[in-house]
Amino acid sequence: MSHGHGPHSVPPRVGKWILIGLYVACAVVFGLDFFYEKHGHYAVEQWPGFHGIYGFVCFVGLVLTAIVLRKIVMRGEDYYD
Amino acid sequence: MTEVLAASLPPGLLLVFGAALVPFLRGNAKKLWMLALPILGLAQIWLLPADFSWVVEAYGYSLEIVRIDKLSRVFGTVFHLAAGLSVLYALKVDDDTQHVSALAYSGGAIGAVFAGDLVTLFVYWELTAITSVFLIWASRSERSYKTGIRYLLVQVLSGVLLLAGTLLHFAETGSLAFDNLGLVSPGTTLIFLGFGIKSAFPFLHNWLQDAYPESTATGTVWLSAFSTKLAIYALARGFAGTEILIPIGAAMTAFPVFYAVIENDLRRVLSYSLNNQLGFMVVGVGIGTDLAINGAAAHAFAHILYKGLLFMAMGAVLQQAGTTKASELGGLWRKMPWSAGFCIIGGMAISAFPLFSGFVTKSMILTAAAEEHHTIAFFVLLFASAGVLDHSGIKVPYFAFFAHESKAAEKVRGEVPWNMLVAMAIAAFFCVAIGVFPAPLYDLLPFPVEWTAYDMTHVVTQLQLLLFAILAFVFLNKVGWYPAELRSTVLDTDWFYRKAAPAVVRAVGGVLGRAVVGAKELAFASTDKVIGGLERVFRPGADTLGEPWPSGRTAAFAAVVLVLLLVIAYFA
Repeated sequence: MSHGHGPHSVPPRVGKWILIGLYVACAVVFGLDFFYEKHGHYAVEQWPGFHGIYGFVCFVGLVLTAIVLRKIVMRGEDYYD
Repeated sequence: MTEVLAASLPPGLLLVFGAALVPFLRGNAKKLWMLALPILGLAQIWLLPADFSWVVEAYGYSLEIVRIDKLSRVFGTVFHLAAGLSVLYALKVDDDTQHVSALAYSGGAIGAVFAGDLVTLFVYWELTAITSVFLIWASRSERSYKTGIRYLLVQVLSGVLLLAGTLLHFAETGSLAFDNLGLVSPGTTLIFLGFGIKSAFPFLHNWLQDAYPESTATGTVWLSAFSTKLAIYALARGFAGTEILIPIGAAMTAFPVFYAVIENDLRRVLSYSLNNQLGFMVVGVGIGTDLAINGAAAHAFAHILYKGLLFMAMGAVLQQAGTTKASELGGLWRKMPWSAGFCIIGGMAISAFPLFSGFVTKSMILTAAAEEHHTIAFFVLLFASAGVLDHSGIKVPYFAFFAHESKAAEKVRGEVPWNMLVAMAIAAFFCVAIGVFPAPLYDLLPFPVEWTAYDMTHVVTQLQLLLFAILAFVFLNKVGWYPAELRSTVLDTDWFYRKAAPAVVRAVGGVLGRAVVGAKELAFASTDKVIGGLERVFRPGADTLGEPWPSGRTAAFAAVVLVLLLVIAYFA
C-alpha cells in the first residue's frame, strides 16, 4: 500500500478474511443477476453484472483522473499563508 | 392551551431567543436549557395545525411569517433533530459564543423554512449568515478569522441577491409570496442565484470547502446541517421542475468526488462529499415530479443525519488526535472503537448500502431521473454514487481509523466524552432505522409515496455497484495506484479570489501607483519651472519687475490697464 508510516493497523489475518469475504460477496451479487428478472430502465442495465462492472470502471477511472488532477491543482500546505 | 402557546411564537424564534439566555445560565441548568430548546421547538411545529398560516400586516403589505405545510415541516423536523443532536454533541464545550451563535443559527434556518413570503425568508436567510460565521471564528485563529470574513462576504452576497431579486419580482408581479417562482424574469433569476450560492452550485461552491473545515470540532457539525439544506428547501419551494437544475445538480454530484480523492484534510473531504450529496437533491428538485421532490426532501433528511454523524466522527478525531489530516492519521480504531464504528455506519449510510438511510432516499432520485429519461444525469449520478463510496465510505473511515499505525494514534488517550458518543449513537440509530423502516420518513414527505426501494433489482444492482467499487479500491491499493495521502493544499475556485484577484489588484494598484507618482513628479517639475520663471521676473534685483518702480511709471502702467479694461468692457 502506498500510504503509510507504521505497520498496518489491522492484523494481516483479519485483513485476509475481510478480503475473502469481499471476493465472495462480489461473486454472489454478480451471480444473482442470472437468477431473477431485472427491471432496469435502460437496456444496458439488463446485462448481467452491469452495475458491478460500471462501479469498478467508474472507481478506477475516478482515481486515475484524480491523480492527473492532483498534478494540476496540488500545492504546498502553506500555499495560502 | 398548548396549541395557543405553540401559535404564540413563529417556529425557530424559540431557539433564537432561547439562545440569548444561555450565557446567563450555569452548569446543568444551562445544559438542560440548551437540550430543551430543540425538543420544545419540535413539539411546537407538530402541535400547530398541518396547514397553519400566520399573516401580519406591515406598512400596507401582508407578510406570511409562518406557513406550515408538508414540505416545510419535513425540513423543520430534521432541522430540530439536527439541532438537538448538535447540542448534545457540543454539550461539554465551554464557550458561550459557540452555543449562542449555533442555537440562533439553527433557529434562523428553522424560521426560514417556515417563511411564507420572500421578505421574511430574506430576514432569516441573513440571520443564518451572521450567526453561523461565529462558529468559524470560534477557532480563534488568524486563519479562521480570514476564512470567516470570506464566508460572510459570500453568504451576505447570497442574501443581497435574494433581496434584489425579491424587489424586482415584487415590482413586476406585486407579489411577495414564496411559492414556485420559476426562472421567468430578472427578479426570479437573481433569487435563483442567491439560492445557488447557498446550495453550492458549481463555481459558486467553494465557500463551503473553504469555511466548514476551519470551524471547531463541534462547530462544523452545526454548520453541516443547516445553510445548504435551507437552500435546497428554497430551491424545492421556488424552482421545482426548473430543468437547468438537472445538469447543475449532476455536475455537483460529479466534480467534488475528484477533489475528495486528493484532498488530505478529512473534514474538507467531507465538505466535498456534502457538495456531492447536495447535487443529488438539486437533480431531484430539477426533475420536479412528485417522486423526485419526495426524493430530494427524503435525501436531505437522511443526509443531514449521516453527514452530521460523519462530521461528528471527524470532530471526535480532531478533538482526540489534534488533526483530521489523513497523512497524519491511521490506526485510531484501537483507542476510539465506538467512534470508528459510528463512522463506518455513517459511511455505509452515505454510500447507500441497502438497510441504511441513503439507500431508501437516493434511489428515489435515481429512479425519478430514469423514469423521466434523463439518461446522462442518471449515469452521472450512478458514477457519483461510486465516488461517494470512495471518499465517504472508504477514505474517511479507513484513513482515520484503520490503514497504518500513526504517531497521532499514539497520542490519543481514548474515546471522546459520553455526550459525543451518545449523539453519534443516536445519529447512527437514525441511519439504520430509516434504512430498515423507511415508512415513517415517507409519511413525512410532501407527496404520497407509492414506491419501495426494496425490490430485488434495486438491492442487487446497488450491492453490485458498491461491492465492485470496493473491489476496485482493493485492486488500486494492491497495484500501488491509489494516491498516497500527502500534506497539501488543493486549488479550487477559491484560488481566483484568494490568489488571482489580490494579484490583479496588486498589479493594477502598482500601475496606478506608478502613474500617480509619475503625474506627481510631472506636476512638481512643471510647478518648479513656473515658480522659477516667476522668480526670475519678480526676484529683487532682477532687471524686470523685481526692481522698485518710480511712481510715474506705476501711474502710467495703471492707466494702460484701465484703458484696456475700458476697451474690453465696451466690446463685451
